Amino acid sequence: MMALRFEVLGRFNRARAARLTLPHFTCETPLFMPVGTQGTIKGLTTPQLEEIGCQIILGNTYHLALRPTSELIDELGGLHKFMNWPRALLTDSGGFQMVSLLHLADITEEGVTFQSPVDGKPMLLTPEESIQIQNRIGADIIMALDDVVKTTITGPRIEEAMYRTLRWIDRCIAAHKRPTEQNLFGIVQGGLDPVLRDICVQGLVERNLPGYAIGGLAGGEDKDSFWRVVAQCTASLPESKPRYVMGVGYPLDIVVCSALGADMYDCVYPTRTARFGTALVPEGVLKLKHQSMAEDTRPIDSTCECMVCKKYTRAYLHCLVTKDAMGSQLLSYHNLYYMMQLSRNLHSSIIQGKFPEFVCDFLRKMFPRGDVPEWVCNAMEVAGIDISSCCTPFNSKVNLHTLSK
Amino acid sequence: MYCSLQSNVFWLLNPKPSAKIPKFRSRRLETTKSMPQAERPEHILAGAVQYSKSERDCKKMKFAVKAWSKSGRARVGLLQLSSTSNSFGQGGPPAKEIEIETPALLLTTRKGLPAFISPDHLSSLPSPDSRLLQFSPMHFMEGPNSKTISTIGGVHQLLGLHDYGFFAVPRDSILSLPECSSSNKNGASFETPCGRFLVKPVEYMKMISSMKPDLYVSLADEVHASVTVKRNKASVDRTIRWLDDCISLKPTDGALFGSIVGGCSIEERQHCAQEVAKRNVAGYYIGGFGLGDSVDERSTLLHAVTDLLPKEKPRQVCGLGLPEEILQGIAAGIDLFDSMYIYHLTLGGFALIFPLDGNCKHVFNPQLSAMASDGTKINLKATIYRKDASRIVDGCNCYTCQNHTKAYINHLLNVHEMLAQILLEIHNTHHYLSFFRLIREAITEGKFEEFRQKFIEKRRDHLLAASFSTCDLQTPVRSRA
Repeated sequence: MMALRFEVLGRFNRARAARLTLPHFTCETPLFMPVGTQGTIKGLTTPQLEEIGCQIILGNTYHLALRPTSELIDELGGLHKFMNWPRALLTDSGGFQMVSLLHLADITEEGVTFQSPVDGKPMLLTPEESIQIQNRIGADIIMALDDVVKTTITGPRIEEAMYRTLRWIDRCIAAHKRPTEQNLFGIVQGGLDPVLRDICVQGLVERNLPGYAIGGLAGGEDKDSFWRVVAQCTASLPESKPRYVMGVGYPLDIVVCSALGADMYDCVYPTRTARFGTALVPEGVLKLKHQSMAEDTRPIDSTCECMVCKKYTRAYLHCLVTKDAMGSQLLSYHNLYYMMQLSRNLHSSIIQGKFPEFVCDFLRKMFPRGDVPEWVCNAMEVAGIDISSCCTPFNSKVNLHTLSK
Repeated sequence: MYCSLQSNVFWLLNPKPSAKIPKFRSRRLETTKSMPQAERPEHILAGAVQYSKSERDCKKMKFAVKAWSKSGRARVGLLQLSSTSNSFGQGGPPAKEIEIETPALLLTTRKGLPAFISPDHLSSLPSPDSRLLQFSPMHFMEGPNSKTISTIGGVHQLLGLHDYGFFAVPRDSILSLPECSSSNKNGASFETPCGRFLVKPVEYMKMISSMKPDLYVSLADEVHASVTVKRNKASVDRTIRWLDDCISLKPTDGALFGSIVGGCSIEERQHCAQEVAKRNVAGYYIGGFGLGDSVDERSTLLHAVTDLLPKEKPRQVCGLGLPEEILQGIAAGIDLFDSMYIYHLTLGGFALIFPLDGNCKHVFNPQLSAMASDGTKINLKATIYRKDASRIVDGCNCYTCQNHTKAYINHLLNVHEMLAQILLEIHNTHHYLSFFRLIREAITEGKFEEFRQKFIEKRRDHLLAASFSTCDLQTPVRSRA
């Protein structure tokens, strides 16, 4: 018996809109998950997050295990109760943070060895330990500990990491004590190599997990490689289970991945960029710190229905951002609202059979001169979405190529 | 809403904005000298209405005293702020009506919004208690210019808070500190995060015109307690002159409070008070406190000023933030206070817990170390709260206490998350507003002096203080941060 139900409610080619039922909340996909690293989304309260429409929030196992510790969270009734978040939660395995944050982290067959940031003692995070920590935290979805390697690295390390990930998934499954309440997702690794990715997908699918993530991306690889990996994985992962692209990201990336058949995304980008004074808008970004905003009496986005856009001008926000905590709060609020609205639009446009129109509208606003990047054109072609109306013929290199042949 | 009064009193205030002019005209009461203490009966209502200058005004302020304490100085009043709107149909702001009892707390803001409480959470604080917000026009030195603020429509529109009363005071303890050594005969100098500015009356009034607050204070030369006699005297002369400048430059909207300074000199204070009382202002701002002056002398100075001011006009003071200082100010007849107390507590990770009624809901635990609690507040960073799943104050109705535990806030503080400050500012503001409500109840019931004494005693209980003799209530209390 799984703690998850996934029902596809509508499709357009590879894209799908679904209902994802989790122990704490019933979600609609495609969806974006904000990152609440340390048990809070920076500066936003539960009612605000509900108002914005957040469905699932991510917690970072590495940070929570350090402070306040998973034992304390468990003692106080789990992370939902601790932070008073009634909807769904997802925790990552802790491995990625360790590798990226700790200088002396190293990966062996046993697990991830590192120096404790608290007292410098050598420590080891094994797959078993990661799952136990996540069991204590109590999120609806937990992630397997994987051997994650940057996509910019080449060579035998990638293959090693992929096979190790498969060996570790079995250890994670064995260690998982709460399968009826928490869903263990496996993570597909394999770098940019389609053969390795395929082996990993097959291996994970054999384990019949509740859901699958596409890992190892969003780490600096070129966009063309990025979308191809996503396309390959979504093509071979089971239809009836959710697909989560980890670390994505930019609104454009989310639209493309959704067209290719992915369902779930997470990224620190919207909240992090808010703290630097950057707002997300249909045209791209609006840098509120810029001097040109100082006397601009328009809202951030006249089409946005959020509290911030209904009340405040760019001029006022300009004087708050990067200087006052309130600026950070208001901008995070808007940016997350933008991401949630994007999620809602993706879901509803697929269900209403208007997904291509939505995609074209999105691209037209973001690229008013028709200069849609080539990788997007290529990905949309594979996804079977006609975006020729958004691209100027000059920029549509794919079309030129086929014509000249 | 109004506390029941024991004697048969009535009052003449008509709350509706379109009210007919009541019988008692303000002009008559303005010239009435204050009655000697012995002759003033208890609980008398001085029914008086002070309209802002022009009947054509969109914004109106009314104030009336409802009840007096036994000493005859502390009083409960009702402040009404209303704005009618001629432009509502054309996309302008809606009309509003705020009725708030005094003594009242003006919430401290940074650029018009609380430091941490966002507007959607602000509305969950007790209302109308939390409806007065104080800001300094100098906050916007690094903000939209006057022209842009005018285009937007003034502070209410700028901040998206149409139902709130905005009080503009040049001085502010976070972002606009009076820099008396740089002030001169032309203007007052303020230290702000983007530099030091000399502000002249004409510039100040230009800012006020574009911002359109409900209430504003005239530009004052507030000096440090250590200045020379000559400098202090100059500050009084300038302040009076600038008040006259502000009056002549007065925009049609908003109620002007005249500033009274004079430092630590009783004579200068009295002189300034007498002069300002002659001018036609809606209320009084008593400045110059909290700038190095000693708490001991403060009562004398405050009484010297308030004894010379018309009873029926509201009085505001800046820089008296601690509970004992508030009580001291109220005992002297002050109606409106700002306070940095909440802001500093919040930044420090402290939550107010002092009991709000006779039934002490928070049991003082002598085993709690002084680090964790002192009976007034708790330090939520302390490790004893790591696993404490109880709320900050049992029975508190604020958002924080209804939704979160001490353990969670302890965690947030440890990992330096902004949500900690948001939750603390909500709770602390809620708690302090309740404190003001208790004070008003005590005054109305004729028990203010007892309330004050009991409160101070409870605070002292937790200090390793030397024994003290019978508390002379006219003597100000030495307060502890």
